[in-house]
Amino acid sequence: MDPRRGPLAVPKVRRVGFFTSIEPSPETPRPNRSLSGPAEAITSSSPLSDSPSGQFISPVQIPPSRHHSDNLASRAAPVPVPGPSAFRRQLANDRALHVGSYNPVDSLLGTSPPSSNGEVSEDSGSLFGFQRSDSAKLSASFPNGGFDMTMRVRAPQESEAKVAIASTSDGRKKNVEASERHYQAGEGESVAAKPRKEKETKSLKEKTSKAERRAIQEAQRAAKASAKGEGSKRAGESSRPKPSKPAKQPQPKKEAPQVTSSVSEKRAVSVEKERRMDVPQTQMQYDDKSRVDKAKRRSVVEQTESKNKVELFLHLPQYERGNQLPNLSSNIFSLDTIHHAVYKVGLQHLAGDISGDNARCIAMLHAFQEAINDYTTPPMKDLTMDLTAKINGYVSFLIECRPLSMSMGNAIRFLKNQIRKLPVDLSEPEAKASLCSEIGRFIDEKILLADKVIVQHAVTKIRDGEVLLTYGFSCVVEMILLYAHEIGRKFRVVIVDSRPNLEGQKLLRRLVTRGLDCTYTHINAVSYIMGEVTRVFLGASSIFSNGTLYSKVGTACVAMVANAFSVPVIVCCEAYKFHERVLLDSICSNELGDPDAIANVPLRNNKKHSKTMDNNKNLQFLNLMYDSTPAEYISMIVTDYGMIPPTSIPVIVREYRREDLLL
Amino acid sequence: MDFLERATETHLRRIFSRKQLKRKKNLKSMWRRSASFILDRSSNSPPMADTTQTPFQNPDAISAYYQTRAAHHGVITSDWLAQAQAAVEQPDSSVSDLGAERSFNVIDEFNGWRKQPDLAEAVAAIRAMAAVIRASEATTMMELEIELKKASDTLKSWDKTSISLTAGCDLFIRYVTRTSALEYEDFNSAKSRLLERAEKFGEISCKARKIIAMLSQDFIFDGCTVLVHGLSRVVLEVLKTAAQNNKLFRVLCTEGRPDGTGVLLSNELSKLDIPVKLLLDSAVAYSMDEVDMVFVGADGVVESGGIINMMGTYQIALVAHSMNKPVYVAAESYKFARLYPLDQKDMAPALRPIEFGVKIPAKVEVERSARDYTPPQYLTLLFTDLGVLSPSVVSDELIQLYL
Repeated sequence: MDPRRGPLAVPKVRRVGFFTSIEPSPETPRPNRSLSGPAEAITSSSPLSDSPSGQFISPVQIPPSRHHSDNLASRAAPVPVPGPSAFRRQLANDRALHVGSYNPVDSLLGTSPPSSNGEVSEDSGSLFGFQRSDSAKLSASFPNGGFDMTMRVRAPQESEAKVAIASTSDGRKKNVEASERHYQAGEGESVAAKPRKEKETKSLKEKTSKAERRAIQEAQRAAKASAKGEGSKRAGESSRPKPSKPAKQPQPKKEAPQVTSSVSEKRAVSVEKERRMDVPQTQMQYDDKSRVDKAKRRSVVEQTESKNKVELFLHLPQYERGNQLPNLSSNIFSLDTIHHAVYKVGLQHLAGDISGDNARCIAMLHAFQEAINDYTTPPMKDLTMDLTAKINGYVSFLIECRPLSMSMGNAIRFLKNQIRKLPVDLSEPEAKASLCSEIGRFIDEKILLADKVIVQHAVTKIRDGEVLLTYGFSCVVEMILLYAHEIGRKFRVVIVDSRPNLEGQKLLRRLVTRGLDCTYTHINAVSYIMGEVTRVFLGASSIFSNGTLYSKVGTACVAMVANAFSVPVIVCCEAYKFHERVLLDSICSNELGDPDAIANVPLRNNKKHSKTMDNNKNLQFLNLMYDSTPAEYISMIVTDYGMIPPTSIPVIVREYRREDLLL
Repeated sequence: MDFLERATETHLRRIFSRKQLKRKKNLKSMWRRSASFILDRSSNSPPMADTTQTPFQNPDAISAYYQTRAAHHGVITSDWLAQAQAAVEQPDSSVSDLGAERSFNVIDEFNGWRKQPDLAEAVAAIRAMAAVIRASEATTMMELEIELKKASDTLKSWDKTSISLTAGCDLFIRYVTRTSALEYEDFNSAKSRLLERAEKFGEISCKARKIIAMLSQDFIFDGCTVLVHGLSRVVLEVLKTAAQNNKLFRVLCTEGRPDGTGVLLSNELSKLDIPVKLLLDSAVAYSMDEVDMVFVGADGVVESGGIINMMGTYQIALVAHSMNKPVYVAAESYKFARLYPLDQKDMAPALRPIEFGVKIPAKVEVERSARDYTPPQYLTLLFTDLGVLSPSVVSDELIQLYL
């Protein structure tokens, strides 16, 4: 109840760039609500306890499970004196408040069907007067969104002022707020009755079981939905079941669908469907016996399981390498389930002839192009369905050969979406042509052109006299270095390499033949060499939403050492490799290489040596292919949308991936 | 902590005069009258006080960006500025004959706007671009676009050091390319629409300051001590609004060598009856323990979420970070620039003259850069007219703005 808080809500609508004036009409009467003491009286008591919002949130209601930052905002906002200490106090306070009203077990045991999940959160959100107009934007500007919320929750008479302000904002918001006002006005009338009820509830709270509490909440929601549907909130208020009577215990499951309008239900279903499509396929866990057996029965490639198994990585596919290749290449002409082009690419992946994410992805897409060209729809079948099934078969074959990289997964999702988006009235040759051209466009735009753009961006960060370090082999980094050399920048390159693949040697050879000044070293010496380095350029296999870089094993080490030496780390990655999932460690998602590769040291007569190693039960070899670098070690990501910080990956995924994949 | 707060508060209240308390009561009645009290008040910021004129040794090497700032600080007289401009414009007239007139026009226009002390550089740039539209004889949107592009390129190349100039140009070009003539029936209405927008942008820039001032009010609590570095119009507005809102707070000003920005700011603040203490630039760490928050403006907000600001900001942010004090940045959204400096040397340096009072031997080198880059991890929040943002959101906004 601080009289100073009034005009804070004005810049509520966020506009980007140019925007017309949002001037609240000056003649708006200011609500007379400064009943509290003079302004100089510092409110050192906890603001939540004395704010009227406490009366509105019934203690039996489970607070809406919002995104963490939102919750933080909403709690931080009501603090009239938001000094750092006050903020902390507030948070602690709130946590204490939660213990009573929110039982995590409750939500775990919640029996509501998943289809209503979205609705639940939405309803409870509007109940708290918190309307997300644009999820990301509001969560981003936290005090702004927070003010909105507190203003509305606080007191009913305040809603008038809100509406007056809202009249200048856009129409949609106004509607929402108008309805809010109705609702709150109704609440205001029942305020008098509330404290008594609340006391009752509090005493009962310990006794009410989880199911009962759930039932109460459900009933409240139902009542609200009905009130909304009828439009006149008075009728809704009267028909509202008394929430604080645990004796009533209605059957919430049956009641709720009756009240909710069918339209919203339909929408919820469609939202759910969309969401299911959004969710990327979960990786197969190879320590799940039954699923592995099932997959084996279907598989084309006969794999022998590796004897060398590391406990922590049992969930990853682990097979002996190399023994199935002759067998597979012999029956290349006898197979008809797999298209020969796809088969060839699979074998190339298996043998390691194609390496590098971009190359693998392009090879796969070209194979698919060929396969689609040769495809004819069987009679009595639908092209969309049948082709998708065919592609799925190819993909699972490729997975058997070598686990897919994240970028390939993205490309496959793109292709499947293209198939799904095909107009129904298209004839078969037309559909095939359009698919092939779409694949070609993807390769050109998302991979080849993207690389060119990245090179243009990254070159601006190379100045004369710099020492650039790169790890392993990345074709984008190679392009950048060559281009910078071409335009006459004077710089030196340090190539850091690692066993067993020694990909850096390929890069070294190419750079040296073009006349670049190079230093070649192994990763063991990275902390020594880092002292003279001014920039680190890294390639990427994928970048996840939390900014985690998923790249060749050893990258994290290089990035961390660079960070310790405060050398900027620049990651070059095409936007099609961004992944909307979040990665926290390099255990969950990884790939196992050939364990023999690290056991066998070249240039050493180690036949006997390896033999003793093979038979040793206490010895296991772990040859991981990838590792994950946390976002804080990355200074910048150069992508085809420009140079961005690692925190902006979700923005790119949100803004640009949708159009390619999901619409 | 509670006790401490209360103690400082009583102490501060003793400091504050009775007169101010009386004014406070008057204000409260005004508050009741209108919610949009602050926005209604016309900006009556007095012109910056003139201080002693410092003679400059070599005006040619001074970046134009710095000239603007100096002009706004009232350090240099306007005719000196005109001379300097004449000197700077010489190389520009040697562009190809047809383009020369146009480019000359743009820069003239820009300089005309730039001289107004209350007008931000980005706004001046946009006004200059509007003048280009007004003067152009283009008949299609495409032609106009090309013309504007040319004008913005000349403006940008004229002063490479100014971030807000670049950002303003980019923003306007962006706006023009997004406003296609298809939306309107004919080209002329689209053109007038663009002009209208350009005019409005000036108002918006003033309003942005007010919005930022209001947003930041919740962060200035009674009894707090604010450390301010540099002379930023936004920060001044924030503190002014806080004083008008009867917040009881104290301000520590860094001296801001060599322009004495802190002296100017403390002058302004003392006029508003805000208790001010002037610090040496080197005394920041010494007095950081009594500081509750650091408030700085920004010349530019870059894509990483870091800021480019007057020299010394980085080290203050480092000290504040190591002592766990929040660093708040007040910046209008038109200062957001698509730049991504990786380190201090990764930007075009804005050079300035430095007076040491004694003669410096010729062999001694002097660091003359006028600004530094503060990485985002040392900033707590950015107060912009888009709302209060964490540094990582800046990139989000920029991506939406420019892509």
